[in-house]
Amino acid sequence: MKDRPEAMVRMSRVYALLVIFLLCSVGMIARAVNLQVMETEFLQEQGKARYLREVSIPTTRGIISDRNGEALAVSTPVDSVWVNPRELLQVPEKIRPLAQVLGADPDDIERKLNQRSAREFVWLKRRLHPETAAKVEALKIPGVSLQKEYRRFYPAGEVAAHLIGFTNIDDVGQEGLELTYNEWLSGEAGSKRVFKDRLGRTIEEIELIRAASPGNDLQLSIDRRLQYLAYRELKRTVLRHGAHSGSVVVLDSDTSEVLAIVNYPAYNPNKPGTEDSDGLRNRAVTDVFEPGSVMKPFAVTSVLEHGVAGAGTIIDTSPGTMRISGHTIRDTHDYGVLDVTGLLTKSSNVGVATLALELEPEQMWDTYNRYGFGEATGTGFPGESAGVLRNHRRWRRLEQATISYGYGVSATALQIAQAYAVIANDGRLRHPTFIREAINPAMSVVDPALARQVAAMLETVTGPEGTGKQARVANYRISGKTGTSRKASASGYANRYIASFAGFAPSSDPRLICVAVINDPTGDFYYGGQVAAPLFAEVVGGALRLMNVPPDDYSALMVQSTESAEGPDR
Amino acid sequence: MTDRLILLILVLLADVGSALGVVYTRHEARQLAVQLSALESQHDASVAEWSRLQLEQATLADAGQVEGMARDKLQMQQPDQVKILVVNP
Repeated sequence: MKDRPEAMVRMSRVYALLVIFLLCSVGMIARAVNLQVMETEFLQEQGKARYLREVSIPTTRGIISDRNGEALAVSTPVDSVWVNPRELLQVPEKIRPLAQVLGADPDDIERKLNQRSAREFVWLKRRLHPETAAKVEALKIPGVSLQKEYRRFYPAGEVAAHLIGFTNIDDVGQEGLELTYNEWLSGEAGSKRVFKDRLGRTIEEIELIRAASPGNDLQLSIDRRLQYLAYRELKRTVLRHGAHSGSVVVLDSDTSEVLAIVNYPAYNPNKPGTEDSDGLRNRAVTDVFEPGSVMKPFAVTSVLEHGVAGAGTIIDTSPGTMRISGHTIRDTHDYGVLDVTGLLTKSSNVGVATLALELEPEQMWDTYNRYGFGEATGTGFPGESAGVLRNHRRWRRLEQATISYGYGVSATALQIAQAYAVIANDGRLRHPTFIREAINPAMSVVDPALARQVAAMLETVTGPEGTGKQARVANYRISGKTGTSRKASASGYANRYIASFAGFAPSSDPRLICVAVINDPTGDFYYGGQVAAPLFAEVVGGALRLMNVPPDDYSALMVQSTESAEGPDR
Repeated sequence: MTDRLILLILVLLADVGSALGVVYTRHEARQLAVQLSALESQHDASVAEWSRLQLEQATLADAGQVEGMARDKLQMQQPDQVKILVVNP
């Protein structure tokens, strides 16, 4: 009797175990089905997220080069080092050698890492020297990685700083052409999907999501040699005369391409952050000033255009002063009787104003406007100024007189260069451009014969009677005009000046337009003919030589060369 | 019965064959990927080298540097104008 219940108990134990096992298997199968079928998508995604990564492919910014292909701005890859604090803090003994390589204080690094220990990405040092980067890599410390970045270098430095500008640490243009053409220059970083292992090494590339497209290159119209020459001479002139600032613009006469555009003071674009805002502006494009006598050729154009005077008209400028609406207009000296050419040669305010007052304001305004005054030149340069040429309906008599000799109207150095290019180029206006072979069609704005007539008058300025003798360049005929204007201040016109010289060379077949402006010379000299004209001569003389322009005033030279091969001493 | 057996064996063989094929192409893909990334990094290195050389050239050819060398090291000077002879103007 005792057996039966014992056997039954045993059997029931077996069944109970079986049931338990069965339940276990059912549970496991149910869970498996649940994971495999119901939650599979979620789980697979989570799994992939742990080894599948989207990686960006960095790309370069386009190169900016001069007209001969010389680099002016180049991006070159540099390495930046970043760490994963959690991983690095597990091997604290490795911080010391790392700090040594980076030239940093190990305690500093440790403190920094401890502060940011919750993060996974901390920049340790950006833009390393290539050798340092190699050393960091050789240390093979867990949690320390290098990231490739691009850094922009400007080999021309301060010489082209204003024109080219600079980029910020994220490679976005901040100033100058880097800003204007930012979109064109910047590349688009690509991205790809890769498998990575636990240590962050790429095991396999899955797919390319977007190919990296590098930025486009930009070829400027600038000639680096001329740019340097102009900057060197400008700097020298500004320092010699204790001036506040200055600008020089050189244009190619045939195409109106800007060959050189320099300003002083300047800054070093390779060390961003060191510049003060005063040196940052491209004054030749952004700063307007009252040009003074440099404007006279345009008033004379208008006078001749409307038949107020002819080449032979005689004007009596005695006694060198005239009164208009209670104000006195003065000449430097009493020049007596002059013809129209003489007005420019001697730069007579009285003479030009006398003739200009016979014009309708609208006629004069129209001529100035056709020369491009009062309108931006359209270079797209950030902060380009259009200058001021008020509407002729608001001109009073006095204003019309002063505008004829360059007061009450303001312009940038680039605008003045553009206008002189019209005179040099048979009356055709082309908007200046910084880009090589840009499309800038010529517009005929002044009668060609008239333009040549004014050009011939301007040549007398550097002649024996003229105010611009110091603008002469040996062996070349030079045309131009001096300008000296008093700076307007809160209390009327101050005893501070802007000296300028604008002109072109060689006169027989102009190749170059050059405008030199010196702002506030504080030395003994302040006339355009004394301060700006010599600067003009240095820049133009050097430029003509560099560009291999044949001399057009060499008759004396030929005689000398036939006399003796050595040439006599002079 | 034999027909079916032969078919089964053929299918099995094809199965194993394609499995081996997958393994092979997979391996090849890995190797090509490795080669690709090696070439890519080589390209990157060349680009980097090129931009560095560009910079170096630009720095060395800097007009100021050239002028300084010509004047100071080589004692060169600009010719006086009387020494300029215009040939075939």
